[in-house]
Amino acid sequence: MNETDIGFWGVPLAMFAGAIRVSTPFLFVSLGECLTEKSGRINLGLEGTLVFGAMSGYAVAYLTGSPWFGVFCAGLSGCFFGAIHGYICKLPKVNDIAIGIAMMLFGTGLAFFFGKPFIQPQAPHLPSISLGGWSSLPQVRSALEINPLFFIGIALAVFMWWAFKNTRWGLIVRMTGDSAPAALAMGYSVDWVRFLATTVGGFFAGVGGAFLSLYYPGAWSEGLSSGQGLMAVALVIFARWNPLACFGAALLFGAAGALGPALQSVGITQGYYFFNAAPYLLTLFIMIASVSPKRSLKGAPGELSITK
Amino acid sequence: MSAVPAPHPRRAVELQTIGMTKIFGSLIALEDVSIHVRPGTLHALLGENGAGKSTLVKCIMGFYQPTRGEVLVDGKEAVIASPRDAHAHGIGMVYQHFTLVPSLTAAENLVISRAHPPAVIDWKKEIAGLEEFLSRMPFKVPLTVPVSGLSAGEKQKLEILKQLYLDQRLLILDEPTSVLTPGEADEVLGLLRGMTEAGDLTILMISHKFREVTAYADDVTVLRRGRMVGGGRVGELSVDDMSHMMIGDTKIRERAARKEFSGEPVVLELAGIFSDDDTGLPAVKGVNLKIHAGEIVGIAGVSGNGQSTLIEVLSGQREMSDGRLFIHGKPFEPTRQKMAEFKVFGLPEEPLKNAAVRRMSVAENIAFRSFDKPPIAGRFGFMSPKPMRQKARELIAQYRVKTPSPEEPIENLSGGNVQRAILARELSGEVEVLVVANPCFGLDFASVSEIRSQIMDQRNRGAAVLLVSEDLDEILELSDRVAVMSGGAIHYVVPIAEADRNSIGKAMAGH
Repeated sequence: MNETDIGFWGVPLAMFAGAIRVSTPFLFVSLGECLTEKSGRINLGLEGTLVFGAMSGYAVAYLTGSPWFGVFCAGLSGCFFGAIHGYICKLPKVNDIAIGIAMMLFGTGLAFFFGKPFIQPQAPHLPSISLGGWSSLPQVRSALEINPLFFIGIALAVFMWWAFKNTRWGLIVRMTGDSAPAALAMGYSVDWVRFLATTVGGFFAGVGGAFLSLYYPGAWSEGLSSGQGLMAVALVIFARWNPLACFGAALLFGAAGALGPALQSVGITQGYYFFNAAPYLLTLFIMIASVSPKRSLKGAPGELSITK
Repeated sequence: MSAVPAPHPRRAVELQTIGMTKIFGSLIALEDVSIHVRPGTLHALLGENGAGKSTLVKCIMGFYQPTRGEVLVDGKEAVIASPRDAHAHGIGMVYQHFTLVPSLTAAENLVISRAHPPAVIDWKKEIAGLEEFLSRMPFKVPLTVPVSGLSAGEKQKLEILKQLYLDQRLLILDEPTSVLTPGEADEVLGLLRGMTEAGDLTILMISHKFREVTAYADDVTVLRRGRMVGGGRVGELSVDDMSHMMIGDTKIRERAARKEFSGEPVVLELAGIFSDDDTGLPAVKGVNLKIHAGEIVGIAGVSGNGQSTLIEVLSGQREMSDGRLFIHGKPFEPTRQKMAEFKVFGLPEEPLKNAAVRRMSVAENIAFRSFDKPPIAGRFGFMSPKPMRQKARELIAQYRVKTPSPEEPIENLSGGNVQRAILARELSGEVEVLVVANPCFGLDFASVSEIRSQIMDQRNRGAAVLLVSEDLDEILELSDRVAVMSGGAIHYVVPIAEADRNSIGKAMAGH
C-alpha cells in the first residue's frame, strides 16, 4: 500500500468532489426554475434550455477561445428560450406545462441540429480554483479543484433568498406567484413579471448548461444532460421553493450522481449502471415522500398550475 | 397617472356619479344611476345579486369604463381610467375576495401595496413605521405572521387597514362583514363609523344585511336590475320600504310551515369525527352530533372553522382521520353504494364547482345519481339516453329550471338555476339524510325563498337535515336546533326556541 492510496476513504472523498462538480448545473437550473415558479409559472423547457446552453456555450468558447464568453452566450441563449416560453404563455388559454414540453423538445432538437459540427473539436475549458494546496494527497487536491461557477451559484442562491424578502422585486415576484388578482389590483402586470422571471430563469439554466460542456463532463455530446433539467424541477419542489434549500438539494442530487463514478474509482464496477441511476431513483423517492394526495404542498406558490 | 402628492392630512372625500350607464353587449348592467355620497358619511348600497352594485363600484374604481356618465370627486369631474387613478383620488376598495397575498406577511403586504415601495426594503425602519401607523388605527393585526395564518376576521381588518395605510379617504367595502362574527362585524363597523363621524373617512358599503344598514349607515341607495329605485336617509326609511325597493313586485314563494314532530328516532349520528385539511393540519376535532328524523340542525360559524372540511367528510370528498358515522344505528361510509342504500343526498356549497360538471349538459348532470341504475342503465353496461332525457325534462319542468334545453351545458345557467337543477337531482326521490352547505349563497330573493322552502319540505317529510351556513339569519330561520362550530369543534348546541344572537355570536368567536 503506497502512501497516496487512501482506500475506501476514496468513496466519500470522490462523492464530495463529485457532489460539488455534479451539483453545479443542478443548482443553476433549479435556481432558474425556482425564480420562474415563484412568479407562478412552471417552465419544463429548462431541460431544452440546458442542452442548448451546453451546445452554444461550447460552440462560442471554441470559436472565440474564451470559455467565459461561452458561458455568457449560453446564458443569453437561455434568456432567448425563457423569453419564448414567457411570451407564448402570455397568450390566452395557453398551458405552461404543455409549452414547456414543446420548448424542451425544441431546445434539444435545435441544439442537436446546430451542435453536430462541435462534437469533435476541443473547446477551452473553464479554469478552476485550487483550494487543496495544503494537502499532500493528490486525491484531496483534485477534489478541491473547484469551479468558480459553483461559488457564483452559492452567492446567487443566497442573494435570491435575501432578495425574495428584502427587495421590491422579490416581493413583486412572490406576489404574482401567490395571488395574481392581488398583483393586478395593485397595478402590476402579472404577465410582464412572469415573462421577466422566465427569461432570467432561462439565463441561469443556460449557464448551467455551459458548465456541463465546458467543465464537467467537459465536452459537447448529445447525451450530455440526461434529464438533469427535468430533475431540477423535482428538486425545486423538494426544496419547497426556497433558494437556500435548492442549494442543499442540488448537493444531494450531485452526490447521488457521483455515486457510480466514485465506486468505480475504487474498483467496484459491479452494478455500475445501477448506481448511475441513483439520481433518478432519488427523484422518484423524494417525490413519493414529499407529495401526498391528502394535503397540498406547503410553501407552493398559489398560482402554479400544479397546485391550483 | 394623475397622482398628486396628498396634502396631509387628507380629509373625507365626497363622491357623486351622474347618469352612470354600463352596457355589455346586449345587456344593460347599469342604467342612468346617479348617487351622492356625502363626505364623512357611511353610505349603504343595497340590492340583490345582479342588481348592478358591483358594476357601479367597478365603474367608480376604473375597472370598467362606463358607457355614459361621469364621476365627481369633491365636486370636480374626475377621469378614472384604472384603479391607480382611483387611488390617486383617494378612493380605495376592499373586495369580498381578499387581495392580500397569502404567503406574504402583513407587513410585506402593506409595504408592497404602496405606490412606490423602496427597491431595497429596510425592514427595521418599515416595521417601526407600521407599528406607529397601527397605534393610530382602531384595530390591530399581527405584522410578522404570513397572511395565510390569519383568521378571516383579521384578514378583513388587514384589508381595511391597507386602504387606510395608503391614505385612501373614501373606502368602498364589498359585503365587508360576510366573514366576520356578529361581534367582530359590530366592532369593525362601529370603529369605521367613528372615523366617518370624525370627518376622516367616507364609506360606500355594499350590503344586503338590513340590520347593519339600519344600525350603521347614514344614507342608503337601492339598486334593482341596474336602475336606482330609491334611497335617502336611513332614519327615514323602514326595513319594509327598503326590502320592497330591492325586490320590487317579484312574487316570493310562501315559506313552508314547520310541521311539529316529537320523539322521532335519531337518523344520522356523527361520533367523534376528526379530519385534516389540505395542509395536513387537523381541521375537524372531535365532532359529535345526533340528528333526528324531521329535524334540521344548523351549524353556525365563521367560515374557516372546519365546516367545509366536515361537509367534505360527509359527502365522501375527504377521509376522516378518526370517528364513525351511523345512519339508523348502522355504520355508514360515504361511498356511492352506501349513499344510495341509506338515501343520503347533499347540496354542497358552490354547486357548479362541487356538485356539477360544468361542460356536461343539464340532463347529464341531473342523471348523476341514477345513470347506473335502470331505466337509464341497460343491459351490458350500455346507457340509454331516452329515459335520461325524459326524466330530465320532467324534473326541469317540476323544479322550474330555466334552461334553453336539457342539452345545454350546465355552466351556461344562472346560479339560481344551477342550484335548482342540483335540487332536482338530489331531492326528487326519497330522502332520509340531507347534507346542505350554504345553499343560498349569491342567489336572488326568489331563488333563496324557494330553496329554503324545498329544504323545509324535506324536513317535514321526515328527512334528517344537516345545514351548514355562514348566514346566521338562514340558520335561525330554518333550524330546529343550532350548533355552533368554532376551531373545528362544536361546543354549543341550543334548541331554536332558546337561541339568541348574542350567545351564538359569542360561541362563534370561541368563547
